[in-house]
Amino acid sequence: MRFHLKVWRQEGPEAPGRFFDYDVDDVIPEMSLLEMLDKLNEELIKKGTPPIVFESDCREGICGTCGMVVNGSAHGPQPKTTTCEIRMRHFQDGETITIEPFRAAAFPVQKDLLVERAGLDKVIQAGGYTSAYTGTHADANAILVPKDDQEYAMDAAACIGCGACVAACPNSSAMLFVAAKIAHLGTLPQGMPEEPKRALSMTEVMQEEGFGACSNHFECQAVCPKGIQVETIARLNRAFLKASLKRRA
Amino acid sequence: MTLDGKVPSGPIETRWARHRDHLRLISPANKRRYTVIVVGTGLGGGSASATLAQLGYNVLAFCYQDSARRAHSIAAQGGINAAKNYVGDGDSVYRLFYETVKGGDFRSRESNVYRLAELSGNIIDQCVAQGVPFQREYSGELSTRSFGGALVSRTLFCRGQTGQQLLLGCYQAMMRQASEGRLKVFPKKEMLDLVLVDGEAKGILVRDLTTGEYEAYAADAVVIATGGYASVFNLSTNAVGSNVGAIMRCYKKGALMANPCYTQIHPTCIPFAGWFQSKLILMSESLRNDGRVWVPKKKGDKRPPNEIPESDRDYYLERKYPSYGNLAPRDISSRAAKEACDDGRGVGPSGYAVYLDFRDAIQRHGRKVIEERYGNLFELYDHISGEDPYAQPMKIYPASHYAMGGLWVDYNLMSNIPGLFVIGEANFSDHGANRLGASALMQGLADGYFVLPYTIGDYLATTQPGKVKPDNLEFQKVKEEDEARINRLISIKGSRTVLDFRIELGRLLWENVGMARSEESLTKALEEIPRIREAFWSDLKLTGSEKDLNQQLERAWRLSEALDFAEVLTLDARERRESCGAHFRVEHQTPDGEALRNDAEYTYVAAWEYKGEGEKPEMHKEPLTFEVVQPTVRSYK
Repeated sequence: MRFHLKVWRQEGPEAPGRFFDYDVDDVIPEMSLLEMLDKLNEELIKKGTPPIVFESDCREGICGTCGMVVNGSAHGPQPKTTTCEIRMRHFQDGETITIEPFRAAAFPVQKDLLVERAGLDKVIQAGGYTSAYTGTHADANAILVPKDDQEYAMDAAACIGCGACVAACPNSSAMLFVAAKIAHLGTLPQGMPEEPKRALSMTEVMQEEGFGACSNHFECQAVCPKGIQVETIARLNRAFLKASLKRRA
Repeated sequence: MTLDGKVPSGPIETRWARHRDHLRLISPANKRRYTVIVVGTGLGGGSASATLAQLGYNVLAFCYQDSARRAHSIAAQGGINAAKNYVGDGDSVYRLFYETVKGGDFRSRESNVYRLAELSGNIIDQCVAQGVPFQREYSGELSTRSFGGALVSRTLFCRGQTGQQLLLGCYQAMMRQASEGRLKVFPKKEMLDLVLVDGEAKGILVRDLTTGEYEAYAADAVVIATGGYASVFNLSTNAVGSNVGAIMRCYKKGALMANPCYTQIHPTCIPFAGWFQSKLILMSESLRNDGRVWVPKKKGDKRPPNEIPESDRDYYLERKYPSYGNLAPRDISSRAAKEACDDGRGVGPSGYAVYLDFRDAIQRHGRKVIEERYGNLFELYDHISGEDPYAQPMKIYPASHYAMGGLWVDYNLMSNIPGLFVIGEANFSDHGANRLGASALMQGLADGYFVLPYTIGDYLATTQPGKVKPDNLEFQKVKEEDEARINRLISIKGSRTVLDFRIELGRLLWENVGMARSEESLTKALEEIPRIREAFWSDLKLTGSEKDLNQQLERAWRLSEALDFAEVLTLDARERRESCGAHFRVEHQTPDGEALRNDAEYTYVAAWEYKGEGEKPEMHKEPLTFEVVQPTVRSYK
């Protein structure tokens, strides 16, 4: 297979960026999109051209490191897929593929396709945890958790923190990211006591970090590689409202 | 050099408790005066940093990823063992201990393993308190499953994402400490070197991966939690960034490298498709409960699998190991697959794959049952390979997966360098020559939550806090050395890329130091490695500069260390003239092809001491004694 690529290249956070055109030949259908970029990079290095900078680590869709906008869609057009899971056989031979970084005010481009996502760590620091000490706890079976609740918590906990939801949102909101954590911890008895504080402070820090608010476009759900549902946002809104009213009283 | 493992004596059941009761303590008010550096934020490093910060120490945590949440522990699928005996099937701390010692083929320390088994239950309680959503039954109680040849059901799990959920537990605990100011995380900073002051570990030198700047960080103790070295084989189940750099730099500063030849090859990974691949993806071992492994009987049989009649198929595991069949242990299954492919009977475009066939299971149980058992795994396979495993067999191949060896540590998890602690996969301590399934997560968390936080205090109590500052001359010296090494990499200006060399090294090791090793293959590798290293240092081509974000340079640095590591690994494999666990020497096997241990001569830990560039390292031996479990022959027939 052969492809024509339009790849966003930008030397640094302040430098202007633009699309560069590349042709890649001898692509094997089994290759992942990132392996194709590896191949292109090998060719660029041999020519003495700086290779395209992009991040990835586990290359099996779980670490959340990779993330690009492929043909206009965060993590590419296939549903429930991370960028590293995209295989070249999903494209037409000879097709032009456009690759650009996640774009959001809170995710400044560092170089080429690599963006800074430290804001997401700050949001978790604002309460995305239970304050359990390392030490002696009651036996794990001492508090029963209804299976449905555990399954619901697990669905939400599957978030890999890649930031595709932010990149896809017209407001660059991180609401789905925050909501996933609220839904995960707030559904379990161990996480319930801190829910009001968690909902207020994570939402607040999300805004401080430059993420926008939610206006129900639901683009986030469409691109989420782990299938996190926008229903969790409704849950976050309830928790936030409840906590706000309580705080005033 | 005498190696003192500081292993306590007395009844094994109370060793840890008695040992812990006599460790020195630091008063709560004084803890904040001590600084601890933790390198790596996986299950070991993450749990350790969060716990140390909670105790009141000032913690600096480093990782090369852009967030602490991305360490490769996140990719562990199957589960975590705990001797809870929730289902009353006869599990106990002793049984988990016994199976782990036996699984390690009697090449681990009994005391360490017992402690691990003893702590396994606390880990689960801890994780549940953090909100880890372990799978539950309709009663609301935790689910367990059996795993990897264990005779009881003791594995807890979060669907196929157990590692992810446990790691998020650690990460969230870290973020809580960060919000309270006791822990500072330094992402995108790669440890270049360990800094010793008066022979003790007092800091590290890092390279900021965004700016390329060198930065010195001083501390009262350094904890290494940078994982294993499976990536020296190029293709492995590890992340593409996983590397041996940090532990090699410690080795070069005098820390001993223990049992580097113990490397686990996992039998069920998505097929090798060619050298363009960046990694191999693991498929859960549980698939072998219902899948049958086979290759065509005839060499080069290119017919589609469903057109190959029963009479032309070789179900080689069932044929060779009639009682275990497709459930033969990891090392046996992996070696058998390699033999079949080397014999020219491998399948798939590259000839490096075997079939894992569910046809009979689907016929027997119906598609629905198989879908319930393995639905998500079938989906993953389909997604990646584009083939429907309900309609045709999966193709699988073994891949390098886990490192049992690592830096030598005593019972306190401290290396032979005072103040240098090593935890998780980066140390050698608990798995002997072979790790059992669902035990890696258990070890990382035991070390970080429940062992190191006690033992590190015993060392710190003997030191004066904050004695060393980053302006110490030793930091300057180390910086100059490392800067020179990096400049050397940049200035080679040859013609071959990092990846080119990485593949060459990986291929050499895979073929000669992989699943089946011989005196001849190991000697060949020992001749070839220096040649590749020389070519690397004279013909490497990099672009860009060192004072910039330069991913090629990062990879070159890591590979330069892997090239040196490969030599110790191979040397260790050659010197251990016996087969044990994952280390299989073709000269040492029983007539039916089983690993043949030599307990009389090799019941020891081989700990290698660096003797300088180009010099042969010196081996030190820590004898292993078995007081509780008597070494026996593992049989799978």
